[in-house]
Amino acid sequence: MEVIQSGIGELIQPPDINAFREWNRKKQKAMVDKRMTEAEAVRRFIHDGDYIGTELYGTVRCPQSVVNEIVRQGVKDLRVAGQGVYELDILLAAGLVKALDITYIGLEVYGISNCLRREVESGRVDTCIEWSNAGIAWRFKAAAMGVPFIPVRSMLGTDTLKYSAAKVVECPFTGIPICLLPALVLDVGIIHVHRADMYGNAQVDGIQGFCAELARASKTLIVSTEEIVPNEEIRRNPDRTLIPYYLVDAVIEAPYGSHPGEMCYVYERDEEHIKEWVEASKDPETTQTYLDKYIYGVKDHQEYLALIGEERLQYLKQIVPER
Amino acid sequence: MSEKAFNPTELLICSASRLMPDNTTAFIGTGVPMLAASLAQKMHAPNLVTIFEFGGTGAILDDLPMAVGERRTFHKAVVASGIRDIVETAQRGFIEYGFLGGAQIDPFGNLNSTVIGDHDHPKVRLPGSGGANDVGSHCWQTIAIMRHDRRRFVEKVDFITTPGYLTGPGAREAAGLPPGTGPYRVVTTLAVMGYHPDTKRMMLLATQPGVTVEQVVENTGFQLVIPDDVERNQPPTEEELRILREEVDKDRLYI
Repeated sequence: MEVIQSGIGELIQPPDINAFREWNRKKQKAMVDKRMTEAEAVRRFIHDGDYIGTELYGTVRCPQSVVNEIVRQGVKDLRVAGQGVYELDILLAAGLVKALDITYIGLEVYGISNCLRREVESGRVDTCIEWSNAGIAWRFKAAAMGVPFIPVRSMLGTDTLKYSAAKVVECPFTGIPICLLPALVLDVGIIHVHRADMYGNAQVDGIQGFCAELARASKTLIVSTEEIVPNEEIRRNPDRTLIPYYLVDAVIEAPYGSHPGEMCYVYERDEEHIKEWVEASKDPETTQTYLDKYIYGVKDHQEYLALIGEERLQYLKQIVPER
Repeated sequence: MSEKAFNPTELLICSASRLMPDNTTAFIGTGVPMLAASLAQKMHAPNLVTIFEFGGTGAILDDLPMAVGERRTFHKAVVASGIRDIVETAQRGFIEYGFLGGAQIDPFGNLNSTVIGDHDHPKVRLPGSGGANDVGSHCWQTIAIMRHDRRRFVEKVDFITTPGYLTGPGAREAAGLPPGTGPYRVVTTLAVMGYHPDTKRMMLLATQPGVTVEQVVENTGFQLVIPDDVERNQPPTEEELRILREEVDKDRLYI
């Protein structure tokens, strides 16, 4: 195949699919109890310089309790697959991100991210490789398929492709130019779900974003869950299981784990809190005050929830409308 | 009704809404497109199939979504799937209209939402493509909704995040993008624009109420194709405004 064009961006996580196979071969296949705290999961599985990814859409099913623990433990020089709103903003605010495979980091209706601006414009994030949203999801899909790349028709003709690490080739079947996206294997994937058993079999309600793809593209997978259910409940509805246990390394019980984001059918987004963050993030000093109050100043997710307060949390459940 | 009886956001929403025919599929992004789709469903297009990036297809927009992944985007929907299904559906040619925005647009409808200035040393780091590049690559016809001034309507965008007609006729196909796709309309508070069928350059189609052709030209940083007949876009009707205010955005989150 003739390479017509190569993106000039660095391939910050090269796709070694044979190594990924070897890794997966060694993964625990026995159903064992994987329950642990955020602190233990982050300490054991996330290291300085790791390549991590979170699965969510906007502030929906945001694995926030785990991200907050990453910030508390100060795991640094992270390389991150970036499609996010609040949770990646917090990682950027804490200065823990070194390189981004970026699709979208912003505050949706509240505009552009102040933290992204500060970190990238100052050069503290030293590498930004561009992709489209589906581009990143397809890169996970390629890894999930166990192949080194996937052909797609996004990104062609644009600077998004030029500043990516994609390649354009002439299709050997049709002769048309086609974009090849390299598989993206994560050192650590982090996903928040509606329910999981203690072995890691996990289910989500509502739309699935790129949950199935990211889970299968991760060498190590941390699952936090609104509730831990008996294995029998999973087995009653196996068609609902998006993540089988053997992909999973840690299961964390984290009710309201997405706060201030939402979990569909369970609780709504905490709009007041998001607005508080948007305001705080405008200035480095108030950003620090926010982090001190809500992350460094509490020892774990339980203390964080106590700080938010039972009344507020109950309210977020009450405003969920009837289906 | 007097021309001052509506605000600029309401004008954008009503103008965009009229571009969504019944029984078609539309890829909907955050903000104005959501309101426009909801208004269209309640006016002339009850069977408009709304498609949201992270998996909602065919939602009934009784309540206004605040983001493209939240529960309202699959409220009473026919499918709740995921991002690959949605973009692959567009890649297969099923999605007719796609809505886009951006910080800059050029005469060929190329859009920038990545950086102002140099990519590696940006003056302003913007959010990035998100789904925009996917929408602009695969949907049959894309509609950009923009604020209209010379900083946004520029001869050359700092970064092509999302493909318009790239460098002109034939350029999309040469790059490998699906034939027959591309920018269709640009809706602003000053005008509704299309593209010249031969040159693929942006062309004025209609001025918004109370706006002159000269004002549109003054606020555009490149040479706009001005045809002999420029229409006047009709102001929002009383019914459009009533439904918009009383049903679509009754909490006035956007308007």
